[in-house]
Amino acid sequence: MAVCIAVIAKENYPLYIRSVPTQNELKFHYTVHTSLDVVEEKISAVGKSLGDQRELYLGLLYPTEDYKVYGYVTNSKVKFVIVVDSSNTSLRDNEIRSMFRKLHNSFTDVMCNPFHNPGDPIQSKAFDGIVSGMMVQTG
Amino acid sequence: MECQEEKPIIYTMENKPIVTCAGDQSLFTSLYTSLAQQLPREPMEWRRTYGRAPKMIHLEANFVQFKEELLPKEGNKALLTFPFLHIYWTDCCDTEVYKGSVKEDMMRWQNSLRAHGSADWVIIVVETNDNKKKNKTNILPRSSIVDKIRSDFCNKQNDRCVVLSDPLKDSSRSQESWNSLLLKLRTLLLMSFTKNLGRFEDDMRTLREKRTQPGWSFCEYFMVQEELAFVFEMLQQFEDALVQYDELDALFTQYVLNFGAGDTANWLGSFCAPVRNWSGLLLRRPIDMEKRDGIQRGEASLLDLRSYLFSRQCTLLIFLQRPWEVTQRALELLHNCVQELRLLEVSVLEGALDCWVFLSCLEVLHRIEGCCDQAQLAANCSHTVGLWAYATDKLKSLGELCGLVSEKGPTSEDLNRTVDLLAGLGDERPETVNSLQSPYKKLKEALSSVEAFERHYLELSHAAMEMYRAISRLRSARLVGKSLAEFYMRKGDPERAETFLQEALKSYVSEGWSLPVTHTRKQIAECQKLLSRTEDYLQTSALLAGDVNLTTEERKHFCQEILTFAGKSGDQSQKVTLSMGVFTQLTRLQFRPATASVHSGAVLQVELTLRCLMPVSVRIQQLAASIHFDLERGGTNGRSKGAQRQTNPGIVEFHQANPSAGPPSSSAGPSLELDEIQDRSPSDNSLNSTGVVCKNTHLVMRRHDSNSPPDTPNCVSPPAVAMKEGAQMLQVQDVTLEPGNNSIVFTAPSGQPGTYTLRQLFATVGQVQFVLPHIYPSVQYEVYSQEPQLTVEPLSEPLLAGLPQMVKFTLLTGHYAVKKGDALQLSNTDTMPILPSTNCSARISNPAAELVAESSLSIQSSEKVTSISLPPTPPYHTLEFQLEVLCVIPSGTERPANERLTNGEVRHRPRSYSHPDTPMTAIDQRMSIDCPWSIYSTLLALTFYIPFKTKHSLLSAGNRKYIQVCVQNVSDLNFTLAEVKLAEKQYASLELQSLNTKTQQLLCSKHSVFCLWEVRWKDDLPSCLQCVFSADFSPVNQDVSAFKPFHYQFQLERVTTLYSVQAEILPPAGEQHCRSGFLCGLEVSITRLTEPAEGEVAEDSKTDSDGLKTTKLMYEVADSSSNWAVCGKSSGMVSMPMAASATHKVQIEVMPLFAGHLPFPKIKVLKYLPHTAAVAIQPDPDSCVENDSLSLLDKTLDDQADTASIRSRGSVHSVGSSGDQQQKGVAMPRLEPFSPGQVFNHSHTRQVLVLPATDDHIMEVNAT
Repeated sequence: MAVCIAVIAKENYPLYIRSVPTQNELKFHYTVHTSLDVVEEKISAVGKSLGDQRELYLGLLYPTEDYKVYGYVTNSKVKFVIVVDSSNTSLRDNEIRSMFRKLHNSFTDVMCNPFHNPGDPIQSKAFDGIVSGMMVQTG
Repeated sequence: MECQEEKPIIYTMENKPIVTCAGDQSLFTSLYTSLAQQLPREPMEWRRTYGRAPKMIHLEANFVQFKEELLPKEGNKALLTFPFLHIYWTDCCDTEVYKGSVKEDMMRWQNSLRAHGSADWVIIVVETNDNKKKNKTNILPRSSIVDKIRSDFCNKQNDRCVVLSDPLKDSSRSQESWNSLLLKLRTLLLMSFTKNLGRFEDDMRTLREKRTQPGWSFCEYFMVQEELAFVFEMLQQFEDALVQYDELDALFTQYVLNFGAGDTANWLGSFCAPVRNWSGLLLRRPIDMEKRDGIQRGEASLLDLRSYLFSRQCTLLIFLQRPWEVTQRALELLHNCVQELRLLEVSVLEGALDCWVFLSCLEVLHRIEGCCDQAQLAANCSHTVGLWAYATDKLKSLGELCGLVSEKGPTSEDLNRTVDLLAGLGDERPETVNSLQSPYKKLKEALSSVEAFERHYLELSHAAMEMYRAISRLRSARLVGKSLAEFYMRKGDPERAETFLQEALKSYVSEGWSLPVTHTRKQIAECQKLLSRTEDYLQTSALLAGDVNLTTEERKHFCQEILTFAGKSGDQSQKVTLSMGVFTQLTRLQFRPATASVHSGAVLQVELTLRCLMPVSVRIQQLAASIHFDLERGGTNGRSKGAQRQTNPGIVEFHQANPSAGPPSSSAGPSLELDEIQDRSPSDNSLNSTGVVCKNTHLVMRRHDSNSPPDTPNCVSPPAVAMKEGAQMLQVQDVTLEPGNNSIVFTAPSGQPGTYTLRQLFATVGQVQFVLPHIYPSVQYEVYSQEPQLTVEPLSEPLLAGLPQMVKFTLLTGHYAVKKGDALQLSNTDTMPILPSTNCSARISNPAAELVAESSLSIQSSEKVTSISLPPTPPYHTLEFQLEVLCVIPSGTERPANERLTNGEVRHRPRSYSHPDTPMTAIDQRMSIDCPWSIYSTLLALTFYIPFKTKHSLLSAGNRKYIQVCVQNVSDLNFTLAEVKLAEKQYASLELQSLNTKTQQLLCSKHSVFCLWEVRWKDDLPSCLQCVFSADFSPVNQDVSAFKPFHYQFQLERVTTLYSVQAEILPPAGEQHCRSGFLCGLEVSITRLTEPAEGEVAEDSKTDSDGLKTTKLMYEVADSSSNWAVCGKSSGMVSMPMAASATHKVQIEVMPLFAGHLPFPKIKVLKYLPHTAAVAIQPDPDSCVENDSLSLLDKTLDDQADTASIRSRGSVHSVGSSGDQQQKGVAMPRLEPFSPGQVFNHSHTRQVLVLPATDDHIMEVNAT
């Protein structure tokens, strides 16, 4: 489904970034990094309005000719970014949401690991597995 | 108006629903203006079918003359030309006329309507007063015509005929009738709309449902639904109109997607045709008829359809005042189109799409600019910037395609391609021909020449960057900047490129995105190489060589770049200094020895662990660490401080962030550096307070500015490396650093004492020098210099005086090297001689306490000095040897005169004192030693303890005298005492006869031995005796040679017995024995035994009134055990004549209180010194005081009453006798006890039998 999945720390450095191996990894890094602009914009926009129950899903951050970039931000300002191929039109918003939810759950598990040092890059097989599952589905 | 009817309908905003007018045209013309004006004035509520929300709507109408042709034919779906209402106008009020012509005309009208199935009509009858007046003669009821019409035409539809009264008059009646007419018209129009549109929609839906049928065509359907959209637009229902287009859009999209999924629709074939025209969107016309025709004909390409659809949506959105939705939709559309063409596998000329997108972006932007003012545009950059960036992107790829970006300019192939692309643009649209800035012109110009392209591209890029910056999307701006940099690189302008790259790099580095960092850095390296900025290039190369994101080959390449430069032979000015952090990292530093503190000249090794980041092994000519030397007077021992307080002593770990990857260390902030502080009071070194201080508060507490991330070690541009040449260095030559951890051992200079701080680290590789500007945390070691130190301490505690004791001499040589012939000169003292010993050896050990050498000492003693010649000892070694010394026990009270030592110092008399910790008396014995390294003597003190405590006492038996000496062993050892002797020094005639039987005696620890001598004399017993007690002692189980003498001197004074006291208890008269409870007599007789000595006469005699010399004595009978009750006087004065054998008897009555053998009551005799005597002059003889164990007579007077009486008498006496003695101060009579032995009490401890009182308590018991 996704071609790139990234987890970005509150301070905007990547905790985890993985893309489909066939494509230029570097390009995704640039794309995800740039998408932080929009994430920040959206977060600050949300902050202004009365958001007691803040929506974590940020929706489509920005489309490019080839990719659609979706964002999600946890309450602790950890950002999830999923990049989807534009040609993949069968993907509905709800599916993206559920992907993010799954990702968030797995991320929470990683954080619950007492041996994980928060702020360190994520190196978890379980998390890897979840991410692979999301990327593999479309092949 | 009416005249429009013949013209083809032009789809403009001027469209209004058509209403036909039949009947009296002139009548209608007269009313047209007010009708057209008043119809839209009031809104009507339009209730919708299919549950759509009702809407308020202002109705307008286009009134045209009725013609049969206007009526839609069967199957004609056109809605715009559809007449929604037919009106028949008449002002006929004449029945005849009505019957004659009007009715017929109406019939015809009705028939033609009915023939086309149109039921939306109304007949308006206009009544005027003029008409009425005219027809006053043949009056018909006014309503009759209307009634007639109603009955003729309005079959039960009375509302289809409306009367308008006096329309041209300004009266309330006229207004009323207008209102009702307008209301009627509106209602009917809406009814017609609802009915006709409903029918149309139903048809449309039916058509849509047929879309799966083979012959179905999207284009046809498109036209139908668009018709509906037009009508909504005509009714100003833009929202509804937009919905129609959106539905079409979605439908089409779905088809394309289905196509992608393999579900092909035939009609889609036309859209799959190769794209021939890419002229971009056209948004300036409300309706692009060309494209619409194309669609209608089924000839439109996908781009045409999309363009047309979007232009319509755009128009409607702008009507709806939602321009920002246009931009958003535009971006989506453009992306979508590109995707769709790809999906449909439509063949497109390379670059054609780029042209189309570029033109479209600009067109949308122009359109938006056209309908918004500048402020609005600026405020909504976020909506437009995407288009700008997209256009920039496309122009760039076009430029690259057409060879406009390369340095050399386009090739002929490129030119051909350009021509092809331009051909696809077609001619410029007439709308923009006159506009200088049209997208068409821009593109054409940009593709025409390299210079023009550059201008346009830069303009766009900068615009996009500006906008991104304005909305603080800095990352996006930098990405555009990066792409601009790539452009500059292509153009061969690395200087400008680098600026953008550096900026981008900064952001990647600060946010820890390693892959972009690596990529950007690589580009920067290229720039720097082109600019031949050697130093920067090498620095970047070093960073890249250690970058794990690169392949080994790439890393090797960059490493080689450095090495190649380093290998160049150049002059010294060519030297390049780089930051070391990228080349190799200092990870660990270890001191050997771990204390990091050595004495001067000692070997201190520093082991550095360097993690080399290079992919290949690098040979380093010199690795050096500069040292800052601080001449700090440190303590003699190495104090650990600063960095050395780690858990592992002597090891400093350096934590560094990985320069190439990983999260920036700034995220966590600098770690706290804590140090322990202890505040001690300067006077006694006691702890006042202790605490922890943070040493780097300035870093920790620094405000973290979100805009300027703190500098990280992975610096964007290498910091200016200042090389400080230190005078001293740690250095090694020719090291090869392998990739990974390397261990390098330095030998640290340790010449001068002080603190050495490692400041910088250099690695020199040919022309390149890598510098670590600060070693942090700071690392230092100490070199100390130590003065020679001599200490003497007992080998075993405590040192006992009087016995040979071993003491240990320890010499820490410090910086002094003991040479052959050096000797310690000990000044001899009598009180502590140094015993010569045969096997005296010295041990020499090094600072690590390992034995180095052992050699014998030679000790030479002269009269004054003992000289110990030392074996040669290197500096900072320890020399140890033992000597046997003996501390002579001072014998009693002797006070030798001060002596001078050989060196002229005053000898310190060893003073004995009692130590609080031990019962033994301590003696501090000082030694004065002359050392070869100093001109001053070293004074050392040893404390010895006397193992014995000695007491003496004088015992008397009448005139005979005995001396008892008690020796108490207070030490922990057992001794043997032998040769116990007592001697008198002054009087040879005096004989001391020993009453001790044993020659040797065991004196166990904490036990005492008593010795006794009888004093015998021939002529006179001297009143003062100077005695010396001497004994030999040795620890138990040692042979005779080990016996050491022990002396004890003491002095006895007033030894002679002056008085004897004899007491006798006399039973009551007639009784044999005393009885308890009965008074008996106590007769005390005091006898003077000797002639008074000369001193005594002067001392306390006085001439009595009768000329006889007498001494006044006071006696006192006191019974402390309550055996006796003294009746009457218990004390009294006796005047003793100063002659031998003078006796004085005193009778006292006492009563025994108990029966049994009762001890005699105690009788004390005291010297009475009357007030006339010189009171304070005569001191007590101090010998008595010193012999504390001897029991003095109890000075305290038990019987207070008697004493008081004595005093009062005395005072009376003194007042009465002499008034001239006042200057003496204290003129009180005084009592003074006698020295022990001066008074002998015969009856001391005598007892007397006391019988019980008469047995009257025996009870007679009679048994009957």
